[in-house]
Amino acid sequence: MSRRPLVRECPPTTWYFRQPRYLRYMSREITSIFIGAYCVLLVVGLQRLAAGPAAWEGFLTALKSPASIVFQFLCLVAAVYHAATWFNATQKAMPIQIGEDFVPGNLISGAHYAAWAVLSLVVLFLAGVF
Amino acid sequence: MAKSHKPVVWFPFAAGGTVIAFCIPVIILLTFLAALGHVPPGLSYEKLHAFAASGIGKLVLFGVIALSAWSSAHRLRCTCYDFGLRADTLVATVLYVAAIVGSIAAALFLMRI
Amino acid sequence: MTPLKERLVQLEVLRYNPDTDTEAHFQRYEVMCQEEWVVLDALNKIKADIDPTLNYRWSCHMAVCGSCGMMINGEPKLSCHAFLRSYEGVIRVEPLAHFPVERDLVTAPDDFMEKLKRIKPYIIPKEKKPISEGEYKQTPAQLMKFRQYSMCINCMLCYAACPQYGLTPDFIGPAALTLAHRYNLDSRDGGRKERQEVVATHEGVWECTFVGACSEVCPAHVDPASALQQMKITSSIDWIVEHLVPGGKS
Repeated sequence: MSRRPLVRECPPTTWYFRQPRYLRYMSREITSIFIGAYCVLLVVGLQRLAAGPAAWEGFLTALKSPASIVFQFLCLVAAVYHAATWFNATQKAMPIQIGEDFVPGNLISGAHYAAWAVLSLVVLFLAGVF
Repeated sequence: MAKSHKPVVWFPFAAGGTVIAFCIPVIILLTFLAALGHVPPGLSYEKLHAFAASGIGKLVLFGVIALSAWSSAHRLRCTCYDFGLRADTLVATVLYVAAIVGSIAAALFLMRI
Repeated sequence: MTPLKERLVQLEVLRYNPDTDTEAHFQRYEVMCQEEWVVLDALNKIKADIDPTLNYRWSCHMAVCGSCGMMINGEPKLSCHAFLRSYEGVIRVEPLAHFPVERDLVTAPDDFMEKLKRIKPYIIPKEKKPISEGEYKQTPAQLMKFRQYSMCINCMLCYAACPQYGLTPDFIGPAALTLAHRYNLDSRDGGRKERQEVVATHEGVWECTFVGACSEVCPAHVDPASALQQMKITSSIDWIVEHLVPGGKS
């Protein structure tokens, strides 16, 4: 009996279209492009801050352009999506066993969300938003 | 096969991913508010400059930028591979160097404040 | 007695004969099924009444043996666990992805079997003791620490789901690595360092990018993704101890 197994290739550039969960994964990974680009914005902002009040005002004005508004909105969506997927994933990496039971994963993720909310509110308060 | 040195790039990625998750959304919100015309008082030159001039301010700003940049670079490296771009060594070098350069730049600017 | 509801089901099944074919083709079957049947029941009816040449693996018909894994409408599933009532229209049945096809729906699992062996799936005792000294004891809490990861039925659905395994066949893969974790967490075992020689390599945990598909398709709720993430952390700590702590030995 001949043994000639059929090998089916996994297409390296289009595999992620095969299942919806793969597209969700790629969306999560693509957030890195936006976060990385936003880091560039932060570094540029630091340079303007170091260059003096006039340069900083110029930076704040440039932030108000329509392109910048759209870019920052996309970055915000990407950052929130990253945060949500990250907090949901953390429970997998840190099981907490008490006796024979485990702390429910949702509690671990929930604690992260709560800490995130508190930290964000503190930062917004310190920045004088409210 | 020998044990991998992947932890060298993965550990800072994990730390950076955590930093991004906790800190970046609210920071974007601040600059987004500024973009919409409601510049938060904390983003005024006086207040932000004072924060960046302090030791803790320098540490926080550098830490957030450096770790976020590294984490994004590593994730983008893996994403390029997932998209079928197989020149991993080249992609990794370009992205990690970019993250390091950005971090050094951030440090230099912070030292001028 | 009320007659059981029946339904005419169409299956589009991949066929491949290694003796005569160079490519696979699809064959459509139409078969009358009971409402409560699973895809495996439909396949069995096809083989019994329509086409005895159709080849596929199955055994327990209750999702514990792991034999009947296949792609059903592009999703890795146990065919005994895929209810016909969940599907509309023509149901596409293919062999498990990322494995070579022997014949029709039968795949060659050799790569998986080899990888299972490579991670040393057995207790390597911390301290060997003779039988005369009695058994190795374990509390229920110690059992619970690894129990979830011991529930794997070796069905290979996770390998079919994992895109990194599909793209990089050298990847040791979810089930094998999770089995290593199962033994690492076992209080009777002292072989973690030995297994790290396989686990901490490029084709070990480091090929994983936490897509998470493996855990989503696992019929035994093993959650291999969590095992791999935990091993990334321990492997990173190992690396720091080995390379950055003075006197830290491998």
